[in-house]
Formats: sequence, C-alpha cells, structure tokens
Amino acid sequence: MTATETRSGSAARGRGRGAAGPEPVAPAAGAAPRRRRLKGHWAGWAFAAPVVIYLLVFYAYPLVRNLELSFRDYTVRSFIDGTAPFAGFDNYIAVLSDATFAPALLNTTLFTLVSIVFQYSLGLALAVFFFRRFPLSGTLRALFLVPWLLPLLVSASTWSWMLNSDSGVVNSFLEAFGIGQVNWLTSPQFSLISVIVANIWIGIPFNLVILYSGLQSIPEEVYEAASIDGANGWQKFWRITFPLLRPVSAITVLLGLVYTLKVFDIIWIMTKGGPGSSSTTFAIWSYRLGFGSALPDLSPAAAVGNLLIVIALVFGFIYIRAQRRLDPS
Amino acid sequence: MITTKRGRALGALAATAVIGITLAGCSGGGTTSGTDSADAGGEYTFWDPYPQYDETSAWAKVIDSCATEAGVTVKRTAYDTSDLTSKALLAGQQSSSPDVLLIDNPVISTLAEAGILTTTDENGLDVSAVAPNLISAGEVDGNTYGVPIGANTLALYYNPEVLKAAGVDIASVTDWASLTSALEKVTASGKKGITFSGIGTEEGSFQFLPWFWGSGAELTELDSSEAQSAVQLWTDWVTKGYAPNSVINNTQTTSWEEFLTGDFAFAENGTWQKAGAAEAGYEVIPIPAADGGAAPAPTGGEFLSIPVQKDSARYAASQKIVACLTDTDNLVATDNSLNYIAPTEAAQQAQLAEDATLEPWIDAVGAAQGRTGDNLGTDYPVISEQLWTAVQASLTGSQSAADALAAAQSAASAGLTK
Repeated sequence: MTATETRSGSAARGRGRGAAGPEPVAPAAGAAPRRRRLKGHWAGWAFAAPVVIYLLVFYAYPLVRNLELSFRDYTVRSFIDGTAPFAGFDNYIAVLSDATFAPALLNTTLFTLVSIVFQYSLGLALAVFFFRRFPLSGTLRALFLVPWLLPLLVSASTWSWMLNSDSGVVNSFLEAFGIGQVNWLTSPQFSLISVIVANIWIGIPFNLVILYSGLQSIPEEVYEAASIDGANGWQKFWRITFPLLRPVSAITVLLGLVYTLKVFDIIWIMTKGGPGSSSTTFAIWSYRLGFGSALPDLSPAAAVGNLLIVIALVFGFIYIRAQRRLDPS
Repeated sequence: MITTKRGRALGALAATAVIGITLAGCSGGGTTSGTDSADAGGEYTFWDPYPQYDETSAWAKVIDSCATEAGVTVKRTAYDTSDLTSKALLAGQQSSSPDVLLIDNPVISTLAEAGILTTTDENGLDVSAVAPNLISAGEVDGNTYGVPIGANTLALYYNPEVLKAAGVDIASVTDWASLTSALEKVTASGKKGITFSGIGTEEGSFQFLPWFWGSGAELTELDSSEAQSAVQLWTDWVTKGYAPNSVINNTQTTSWEEFLTGDFAFAENGTWQKAGAAEAGYEVIPIPAADGGAAPAPTGGEFLSIPVQKDSARYAASQKIVACLTDTDNLVATDNSLNYIAPTEAAQQAQLAEDATLEPWIDAVGAAQGRTGDNLGTDYPVISEQLWTAVQASLTGSQSAADALAAAQSAASAGLTK
C-alpha cells in the first residue's frame, strides 16, 4: 500500500514537472494571458490558504518557537516579560555535558532498537503465521489487536500492576517456580527491561497489521512457481516473502522508529523514568526538565526535544535514500 | 492561546498575522483586565484547583456570596492542580491573569519570582492571624504573596489490630528507634511494617521531608550526617523487609491502597485520608522525630493570591473577596469540606469544637513547615529534585546513602549557581 502511494506520489511529482515545463515559453505570449495566469495563481493560493495557514500555525510556528526557546535562556521571569537573553548553543552544551545525557542516550538507543527488533520480528512471524488461513485465524488475529485498541493509560497501568514487586502477578508466578522476588520496576537493573517488554507488547499489533497487508500484495504465482522448483517453506520465506516485503518492511520500521523514539506515556506511567534515571529516555528527560518540578527549565527541555526531532529526521532521510535506491524510477 | 508576544512573532508572516490577531482578540475578550468596572461592580475572575466542585457546591456558593458582599460578580474557573500552574504562567505572560488565584503553596514562590503576584503590602490583605509556619510558604524576600485557605500535612496512620496482634503498644512509639523495633515485631508476626511513597517526583520528597527534618537536617545541606541518618532509616526498612520494595515506585495513593489491604501496621499519609481511615478503624499519630517529639512535616494546601493587574483599582474588590473567604466562619466551613486544617488559631479552635478527633492533626499542622520557607523560594524545586533522586538511589541500593547525598548536594549547588 505504501509502495503504491509512493509511486503515485512520484508520478504526481512527474506530472507537476511536466506542467511546469512550458512555463519559460509563457512570457513571450503577451500580457493578457499573463494576467490571467496571475489571477489563476491567486485563486490557487486562495484554495491552498487554509492548508498553508494550518501548516504554518500548527507545524512551522511551534517548531520555530521550540528552536527559539532552546537558543535563549528562559526562566520563569523572562518567560513572562519576554526578555530572555540569546544564549547561542549554551543550552545544547549544558544538555550534552549533563550527567543525565549519556544514560539517557543509551536508554533511548536500547529502548528504540530492542523494541523495534522484537516488534518487527514477532509482528512478521505472526503475520506469516496468520497468512495461512486456518479455522479461527480471523478471531485469533483480532485478539492480537487488543494491545493496539486499549488506551495506553490502561495498558501501562496494567503492566505496572502485573510487575509490582510485592503483589504483582508476574512475581507470584515466578515464586511458584521457586524464583525469588524480582524488582521489575524498582531496581535500576530491570526497570528499562520492563518498559521495553511492555512497549514491545504494545507495538506488535501495528507491525502485524501492516506486514499482513504487505503479504497480500505478493502474487500467489511466485509461490506456486517456487513450489514447482521444489523450494521448501524456509526458502520461500527468505527468497520470496522477505525480499518482496522489503518496501513495506522499510516503512514499518521507520514508522516504528519515530513512534518509539518519542514514547512517553508507557515509561512515565510505569516508572517515571526511574528509579534514579535508569529508565529515562530523551522524551522523559525533556518532560522532567520542562514540567517535572515546580520551577520549569524550559530552554534545556526544548533543546532535548530538538535533539529528538533531529534524530527522527536523520532516520527519515535514511528512509528516503533507501526508498530511492529501491525505486529508481 | 496565542499570546501577544507570539502574535508579534507571527506578524512577520502576513497570512498568519490575521489568525494571531483574531485569536488574541478572543483571549482578550475572555479576560477582565479592562479598565471599565474599576469601582462600581463588574465581573471578577477566580481560578482554583477544585474541579470536583461545580457551581451548585457549597464552595462555589461561598465565593458568590463573598463577591456579592464586595459588590461585584465572580466568574469562577476550576483547573486540574498540575494544569493550573502552567495556566497561571501563560496568563501572566499574556497579562490576562485572574483577579484571584487559588494555587498550591509551593508554586507561590515560582509565580512571585515571575512577577505575577502582588504582595500583601500592595493589595492590602491582612495576614496577621495566620500561623507563622503556614504563611512562610508564601513569603519570599520579606514579602508575603498570599494567604493560606487551609493546610494539610503528613502523619503516621496505624492499624490497631495489626499492632495488637504483634504485641506493640502504640504509646511506646515515640522516636525512630522505638518505631523501628515496632516494625521489627510486626514483621516477625507475619504482617508488614510500613508503607510510604518514595517515588521519583515531588511526592517522594514531600513524603521524605518529615524524616529529613526530623533528623535535624536542613535543605541547604543535603549531605549532612543527619540527612544521611534519615536516608539510611528508609533504606534499612526496605532492605530488612519492614517496608515493601514497591515504596520506590509508590505514589501516595498506591501507598494508601497498600495500607487499606489491612496487612500493614503503619502508613505515612496525609490529612486528606482521615475520613477513609476513620471508617476503616485506623488511627493516627504525628510522625516521630529521630530523638522523640513530633517531626516537622511539610505543609500542603492552597494559597489565595491576587495576581498583578494593569488596573490596580481592581485590587480593592479582590482583597475584599479574599478577606471574606478567609474569615473564621467561611474558613471553618471550607476547610471542613476540603479535609483541611484551618490556618488561624480561632478557626482551628472552632474546628476542634466540632470534631475532637482533629486534635493530632492540629498538632501536626502546628509542627509543620513550608517547603519553600526559610527563604528557599525557587531554590526549593532544584533541591527537592536532587533529594528525591538521592533517596531513590539509596533505596535501590545503587549508591550508599552517603554517596547519594554527596552527589545530590553537589548537583543542587551546581543547579543553584547556574
């Protein structure tokens, strides 16, 4: 589905280029048509105006404002009277040299990579599994969507009850096998693992749905031909399913990356980024700086937020490059 | 939502400027900072953090009758507690602050620092009747920025049945040593000792402060030996199993839920649970200090403040509304319904006359102190963050109490000189 979209997108771009083609010739055609064209432009802009204004007010302006926040030194007082002095990269330097930076970077990387690897591989395994229709497969597949449908507040709270050190169901289950109390949420060794496990559980349905729909676009004949050639199930997966699924996989992983980088609610509800900063990611750190105490540290919070945006952007560019290579037309 | 400052920034973009002006116009229409209605009536705005009370509640009616007495009408808006701080800051930035703002006491120093609030000298409020330890949260650099509507604080609830079964006499619990030996007996009897909230937010610091102050430690010196003994007390309870490991992640609400299971002997919690506790048959004592006596617990509760207005003539009516809301009769009615202890001696006596079980709470509030007091003001949030971080580091065993507090002190000093 995504592949089609991209292709039709590039086709539209091609058409656009085609329409722009004759333009250099136009000035020679005289004043009257130009005026008409100008009028046409105004009408065009008028139609585009709502979208343009919407984009400027709700996308461009907050971004610019966030950049401004991070390059100035805002305190509560200067936030009110608007006299924040320009600070250059001071906030970024302060953030980069903060004791929380290295652990937060490591936590963000681990959280994102481990989540993506497991979400994708489990999602793909389930998609392939459910693609072979069998009795009740529809019902089972629907059940796998439950994590996606639940409000995050509900699922994160449920996870934190299940993983409670003293009265959680997970620990009482482990106890039945003679394994002592594991402090899932309250020990620095386990808190990150716990939030990653919860996040994987929440992310699987998304991967399952997208990859499942990707599987449907692979033509049946390819498999039939492979069967005639004597390919076994394993070979069919690695030589047909996986390569043909690559465009869908790429967009799934990219969207997963962007979602996972900015995951906030699950971690905040389960551990508040703690104990200490053992499960603090950039998203949590930014929130803690900006809203965690009675005295907001708005400028460093904005700097951390911008770092997150830059990281997401880098992966976006990597995706676009990869997409171009896959689809040279 | 679009502020004048934002509006100015938008001016560069012709298309969006139109929107900016329109929206600024909207928000201007909602405020009352206009120059009309200065002396002869008019509508005054009132923000509070009590969304649970609608316009038919006694609280709303008290505000209305006070406004009528002052010869004006009041438009009341209730926000969620955490929401109100950012709303108040934004409104200050837009010069559209409400006429009267009822807000959580630690926020007062932040708003005063931002220059949003008037002092009692400017607005003419009389705060002489208020207990000095309660008004201290509203004092910054010798100025007073508001008056408490009521106070709550922390105390030690106990479950008499669990203590009886373990053979502990509550009268013997007078200091840390006797409390710890009581916890030991309870744990030996197969029940659980104590539950509290050690979470990595302001709630964690709030709960730790009675022990911190009870050891004789000061917030200006986090790495003192007294502070270490307080952190060590909590850490030992967790490592010896007197307190469950979940306290590291407990909010005050989850901690209370643990206590309600009936398995725990003690729970540190606030005035706001007293109705539920009485129903369940639990009783309460002030939190003991290290060497006996009641430890100072931090005060909670809101302050009535009068934010800065362009038209200073509005302060007169605002002051009348606040004075009326804090007269003894209204204070008693309001504080009874909010589960608060009144901030003035006269109103406390009136509360006690109605309900004798309030006595330990009135004692606890009498011993309590403001978090932002001692002129800490906006230093408090910085120190508090390091304090809860150190407590968490020690409770999880990732650092010793001494190391965690030393790190906290150096981080706090670095944060304050910035």
